[in-house]
Parts: sequence; C-alpha cells; structure tokens
Amino acid sequence: MRDWLSQAWTVARKDLLLEFRTRTGIVSALVFTALVLTVFNFGRDPTAVPTIDLAPTILWVTFTFAAMLAMNRAFQLELENDALEGLLASPLSRTSLYWGKLLANLVFVALVEAVGLPLFVLFFDVPVAAVLLPLVGVIALATLGFVAVGTLFGALVIRTRFAELLLVVILLPFLIPPLIGAVQVTARLLGGRPLSEAGGWLRLLAAYDIAFVTLATLLFPFTVDE
Amino acid sequence: MEGGAGGGRVVALDDVTFTLQAGQTLAVFGPNGAGKTTLLKVLAGLIRPDAGRATVAGGRGAIGWIGHQSHLYAHLTVRENLLFWAALYHVPAASRAHRAAEVMQRLGIAEHARRPVRALSRGLAQRAAIARALIHEPRVLLLDEPFTGLDLAAAAEFRALLSQLRGAGRVVVLATHNVGEGAELATDVAFQRRGRFVHFAPRGGRAPAEIAEQYRRALGDAGA
Repeated sequence: MRDWLSQAWTVARKDLLLEFRTRTGIVSALVFTALVLTVFNFGRDPTAVPTIDLAPTILWVTFTFAAMLAMNRAFQLELENDALEGLLASPLSRTSLYWGKLLANLVFVALVEAVGLPLFVLFFDVPVAAVLLPLVGVIALATLGFVAVGTLFGALVIRTRFAELLLVVILLPFLIPPLIGAVQVTARLLGGRPLSEAGGWLRLLAAYDIAFVTLATLLFPFTVDE
Repeated sequence: MEGGAGGGRVVALDDVTFTLQAGQTLAVFGPNGAGKTTLLKVLAGLIRPDAGRATVAGGRGAIGWIGHQSHLYAHLTVRENLLFWAALYHVPAASRAHRAAEVMQRLGIAEHARRPVRALSRGLAQRAAIARALIHEPRVLLLDEPFTGLDLAAAAEFRALLSQLRGAGRVVVLATHNVGEGAELATDVAFQRRGRFVHFAPRGGRAPAEIAEQYRRALGDAGA
C-alpha cells in the first residue's frame, strides 16, 4: 500500500513539475475559465432570469470544460519520446500510474477552481461567504468523480487520432450525473437553503465517487496494456 | 502470437524459443516487420503473448529497456529524469543522487546534468536514454534498434559501452535490421523473418562479414 502510494506520488510530482515548467495546460485552462465566465457575465440578461438561478449551471459548465483540458493533457505528457512505453516497461504498477495521474489532475483542476471561484463571485455577485466551506466541499466531491472518470478515458483515447475530440464525446455522458448533482447542491447552497435539502444529491455524488474511483482503478490496466 | 489489422490476421511471433544466461548477448537480425520489436516487447512485459510465455529472472525491475524513443521528458533536466526513473525502479532514495551522478559520469554526460533533455543533441540524448536504462543496474538489457540516428563516432562509442556492459555479466538482447551493427558484440546470433527464428546459433568465431553473408542467404532461403 505504502509502496504504490509512494510510486503514485512520484508520478504526480513529475507531472506537476512538467506542468510548472511548461505552464501551457494551466495557463490555457485559466484563460478558458476567465473567458467563459466573462462571456456568460456579459451575455446574460439579469432582468429576464435571476443571476442566482443561472449561476450554479454557469459555474459547473465552466469547471467541467476547464477540467477537460487537464484530462487531455495528463497522458499527452507521456507521448513525447514515448515515455508511456518506458512507464509500462518499468516495475510501476498500473494502479500507481492511474493514481499518480489522478492526483496530478486533481491538483491541476483544484488550481483552476481556486482561481475560477473568486472570478465567478466577482462576475455574478453571488453570496458565497456564508456557505464557502460547504461549497468547497461540494466542489471537491464532484471534482473527484469527474476527474476519476476523465483520467481513465484520457488513457483510453490517448493513442487514437482525434484524442481531444474523442475524450469530450465519450466523457460528457458519464459526467451528467455528477454535473446535475453538483448544480442542484450548489443552487441550494447559493439560494440559502439548508444543506439537508440536498442530502439525496450529496449521496449521489458520494456514490458516484466511490463507484467510479473503484471502477477506474480496476479498469485502467486494460486501457494501457497491449 | 497474433495480431491483426484491416481484417487480416498477422502472426507477429511464432515458435520462438530460447534461454540466455548471464554474460550472453543475443543479436537478433531481421528486416523491418520481422517481429523483432514484438519479441523485445514480449520480453519486456509490454505485450502479452496469445500463447506461450516469456520469463525474465527478476521481472520488470531487472530489465533495462531501450526502445525506439528515449522515454525521457523533454522539459526535465537529465538529472531530474534519472532521479524520476530511479524512483520508479525502486533505487533507494538515499542513493539515487549518487547513482545518477555515477551513471552520467560513466556515459560522459555529467556536464549536461542540469540541461533539459530537449536542449541535447541526438547523440547526447541517446546517451541520456542509455543512462535511464542503466540507472537501476539492470541484469537484462533489451535494445531495440539502438544505433538508429547515431553518427558513426557515436555508434562506435555505443558499441564500446555495450561491450563493457556485456562484460559485467549482463544478459543483452539486441534487435536490429543492420547486420553490420552489433554482430561483433554478440555471443549468439538469430535471424528473424515473419515472426520466426530462421537461424539461431552461438556466434562462435564468425566474423561480422560472414554473419552478414549467412543472413542474406538465410533470409533469401526463408523467403523463397
């Protein structure tokens, strides 16, 4: 257990170091986040639909597509000089490789969300101060689920010709349950409703995380082995 | 072992059986598409055969793999790359830096340790790739067309290095389409065509030119 976690951390640290060196992925995701929030901010009519009704959907659509950039990038790093082949020939377990990629993707997406959330508050003037802690919890819960699935599918499509397009097409249907759950819980939090009202949706998010982290860990070796 | 594309089935490896002991170097010669890379990938555990088995004493951790690519991260320095691969190959944390310095020294790239791999010439990058494969002191070296892209001087240096490595009691399996490369290092020679060994024998006292002639004849016969 300790060994595979340590190996996973070695992979994650390497990915983050590469990202820190190149900065292409994180800068693209942050610019994308800022642009989408700007477009939604100026493109809506606040007199037609109250901001509070639109805000949760806008937040999650933005986070989801920004996260796609991270998930595309995770295995593209391994294509240069065919490093993936080196990883697969090494004693690194497939589980450690998956968890390393998952960890790096989570850090990457968390950074995008850490910048995106204040921008969202700034643009849409939504009251988050009173619900910041539960909101961060919901973001973490939903993010874990869709990054777990995205990391698996990122590995699945990486050797295909249209990997970036394919990832979006096959991933989005799997993201519908956590997206709906995240939007519902966020809407209740921003609307000042008690968290207990969203108990069902929170259980859905937790179940999705457990199911898909487990499934992705078990299925990952089949996506990378020949 | 079979694979297929476009509806047709291709036997990539067929009836290949051999055992190598420490100190032996097997040179596998064959034309493009003969199945040399498949053979090495099966030995490295990168491809699971449909039938039969390949066993390397010590498993993946005992293998040093040099494929067509360097497997190095272009935006990391040579040293960072070596430390990363050392960690994956379970080199103890306390000795990784020392081991990386030692292997870089041996390959003559110590002065390039802090340069990113993308800034290295092809020859230096190849040395860094060899350093990566040696970082954990593997007992088995699998080399797939290792001379590709090297100029004459770099290829001669690489041959000298391989000769040293073989002398250190390692098993080396080297696959190439060019008989002029590696024949003099081999203790055993195989000619591969369409997935099968059409010749497998100790090198004995055969000179590279003699092996090249036998290769031409064997593959001509096999193709007839």
